[in-house]
Amino acid sequence: MRQLALSDEILMKIEKPARYIGHEINSIVKDRNAVDVRFCMCFPDVYEIGMSHLGIQILYDMFNSFEDTWCERVYSPWPDLDAIMREEKIPLFALESQEPVKNMDFLGITLQYEMCYTNILQILDLAGIPFINEERTWEDPIVIGGGPCAYNPEPIAPFFDLFYIGEGETQYRALLDLYKKDRAAGVSRDEFLRHATNIPGIYAPACYEVSYDEQGIISEFKPKYADVPAKVRKEVETNLSDTYYPVKPVIPFIKSTQDRLVLEIQRGCTRGCRFCQAGQLYRPIRERDVEVLKQYAKELIENTGHEEISLSSLSSSDYSQLEELLLFLIDECSKKKINISLPSLRIDAFSLDIMSKIQDVKKTSLTFAPEAGTQRMRNVINKGLTEEVILDGAKLAFEGGWNKVKLYFMLGLPLETDEDIAGIGALCNEIAKVYYETVPKEKRNGRVQITASTSFFIPKPFTPFQWAPMNSQADFREKAYKTRQGIISQLNQKSIKYNWHDTDVSVLEGVFARGDRRIAKVILDAYKSGCVFDAWNEYFHYDKWLEAFDKNGLSIEFYNERERSTDEILPWDFIDIGVTKAFLKREWERAQKGEVTPNCKEKCQGCGAAVYGSGKFCFE
Amino acid sequence: MKLRIKFSKKGPLRFIGHLDIMRYFQKAIRRSDIDIAYSTGFSPHQIMSFAAPLGVGVESEGEYFDIEANSVTTAEDMIARLNAEMAEGMTITGMRILPDNAKNAMASVKAASYRLNWKEGYSPEYSLSKAVSEFLSKEEVLYTKQTAKSVIERNLKEAVYELKAADERTVYMLVDASSAGNVKPGAVIECLAGFYGKTYDANAIQVTREDTFTDAPNGEGFISLGEVGENF
Repeated sequence: MRQLALSDEILMKIEKPARYIGHEINSIVKDRNAVDVRFCMCFPDVYEIGMSHLGIQILYDMFNSFEDTWCERVYSPWPDLDAIMREEKIPLFALESQEPVKNMDFLGITLQYEMCYTNILQILDLAGIPFINEERTWEDPIVIGGGPCAYNPEPIAPFFDLFYIGEGETQYRALLDLYKKDRAAGVSRDEFLRHATNIPGIYAPACYEVSYDEQGIISEFKPKYADVPAKVRKEVETNLSDTYYPVKPVIPFIKSTQDRLVLEIQRGCTRGCRFCQAGQLYRPIRERDVEVLKQYAKELIENTGHEEISLSSLSSSDYSQLEELLLFLIDECSKKKINISLPSLRIDAFSLDIMSKIQDVKKTSLTFAPEAGTQRMRNVINKGLTEEVILDGAKLAFEGGWNKVKLYFMLGLPLETDEDIAGIGALCNEIAKVYYETVPKEKRNGRVQITASTSFFIPKPFTPFQWAPMNSQADFREKAYKTRQGIISQLNQKSIKYNWHDTDVSVLEGVFARGDRRIAKVILDAYKSGCVFDAWNEYFHYDKWLEAFDKNGLSIEFYNERERSTDEILPWDFIDIGVTKAFLKREWERAQKGEVTPNCKEKCQGCGAAVYGSGKFCFE
Repeated sequence: MKLRIKFSKKGPLRFIGHLDIMRYFQKAIRRSDIDIAYSTGFSPHQIMSFAAPLGVGVESEGEYFDIEANSVTTAEDMIARLNAEMAEGMTITGMRILPDNAKNAMASVKAASYRLNWKEGYSPEYSLSKAVSEFLSKEEVLYTKQTAKSVIERNLKEAVYELKAADERTVYMLVDASSAGNVKPGAVIECLAGFYGKTYDANAIQVTREDTFTDAPNGEGFISLGEVGENF
């Protein structure tokens, strides 16, 4: 048995010791002397969250399929263990070998949401790796970031040696080969990083310099060396049916947040909602072959013993073979007593039929995401969901026995008016009305329960709204208040519940999403003053963040509330995601005119992603 | 039919709590294709009953759970299939068919035997053999436990059926483990240490449950939960 990094005394003292002992089913232990590359994959949040993430499992599976590489995992130690590790000077360790992360060749950190940025610093700190890339030596692992937030890596650029822009399946092999070659040749760490920039998708922030004008807007962003490319192009796995898939995922002992099997059915989306970053980043749309998915599902069930399976994609209703896949899963899973957890599907006769087959109608609720209260606003954001479609879907569902409906909206969208906010309450009321008109009194299972939730809109890079101003906290609070007023003035207000998100976190998320390199100092100062686990309410200290901005002479308003000119050099402009800036600009202009852009399935919009030459609809 | 499965839990897996061990076995049973019976209803679950929950940090050589199976092969084959799915430190050591009228594992538990070892770098600050003799010679050994609601006082002499010091750093005991009167082995050590004005340091001792027992059919003493039922 492998010696654990933590003593019995510590393990007995902390919450959920199983987070730190490794040894899970399907975790991979290799002979450390028989591999050339040690890679430690990190999800910078607590174990149960990190273990729910499919992306890490994909890369873990891929790396460990390389004979010369051993990939392990590490997650953020919870504050109870964090304190003990600092006090007793225990270095951060990888779960499989229980050896220090510092001994690894690579530390890969997945960047799934902006609010994990201080946790990255906690990882580096506990591992004993210098925060700033230029202070590191060959004694330190190469720190590489990836995932959706790597599409604007600038606010955390100084903390990373490399970023991998795009899907991990394609270029890691080349990176590891270069690493082995360069280490054998005895080149310097800086030279290796410079060489790495010649691998597609690899960005080495220290090889670029940025200058700013007197307003603080970027005036120039360029490579420091002639052999470093000016643009980094996103990597895309073009054949999703013939690539790595973790059919033997690691099974945690403790319940993870998403305690189920995940079948990723497709990447990309053809809908073109203008607020949605994922919809642009993951273009072009690529499906996995349904026969391949069936095989994966069978193997996953056999290899894990999980009691639930779910589908993952940006818009599962758009998967062309959905019916075939679901009918297969229903059949296969009923034999094995496995639950199917459905993603949010478009509500229609087909999906309601499927849902009633696999879910307890009385317990489950239906979900709609109109995102905005009026058709005008939905046209601005290009959300192709009409009130008629929602009400028809609700009617069908009420007839089928459902009486719980969840609705998701955003507040603070560009060009939003009071009328759009009032529309939220009105739409909820209409749905309640449909219920009372559809279901006769004697068949009602209590009152209809409508839950409306609003989140605050945060403009994200590589969307048509990347130039848009974000609302201030005061605006957000006022809009949430107006939404509430709008709801309680409705006839059916007793059937409607309203939830809204906190504003402080949204404001910071806005800065990190569109920030530049100067923000790194703010993050470092906030971390030093005690900020960590910012995604967790109980650990979020807004006052400390405000102090960190002040200290560095930077303002939240500059990053969030300013409308950017379309000529401005944006911090993420050096990344090429296939989708062109010209297309995004066109979409921004159309949004301002309230013009709808059709689904790519109907007509190619010439966004640029066809350059990857693989997308089904880009090609047809 | 009802099956009783015996397993041991050692090493790092001693830090996995009872509820997670249950979930772990549910998955292992699916992977090993044991033909377990499911409850009926909208979300069917495996019919399974665990004997006595084991505290986090405690190792065991005698853990049990019962399942309802639709069909069986041989114990040897089913044990091998389950063992192929175990994490390091967990081993299936036995499987028997229970009579139809057998009480389930949880309701059966009456006593448990434990071995307590002082870990390297630790030793009792008193003579273990003398402390054990003193315990055995007393009419009454009162142990008080502060719970959230009240203070419970218990005469451990009634709950400790056997106690002996194997050497100066190992003690063996057989204690009440019934749902109404379960005694934690640490409570006994706390009393032993108390005789000499010392305190009990849970970190100093590795506790191992050796076996779990139920009432003997003839009413005299206990038999191991693993002796109930038939081999197959």
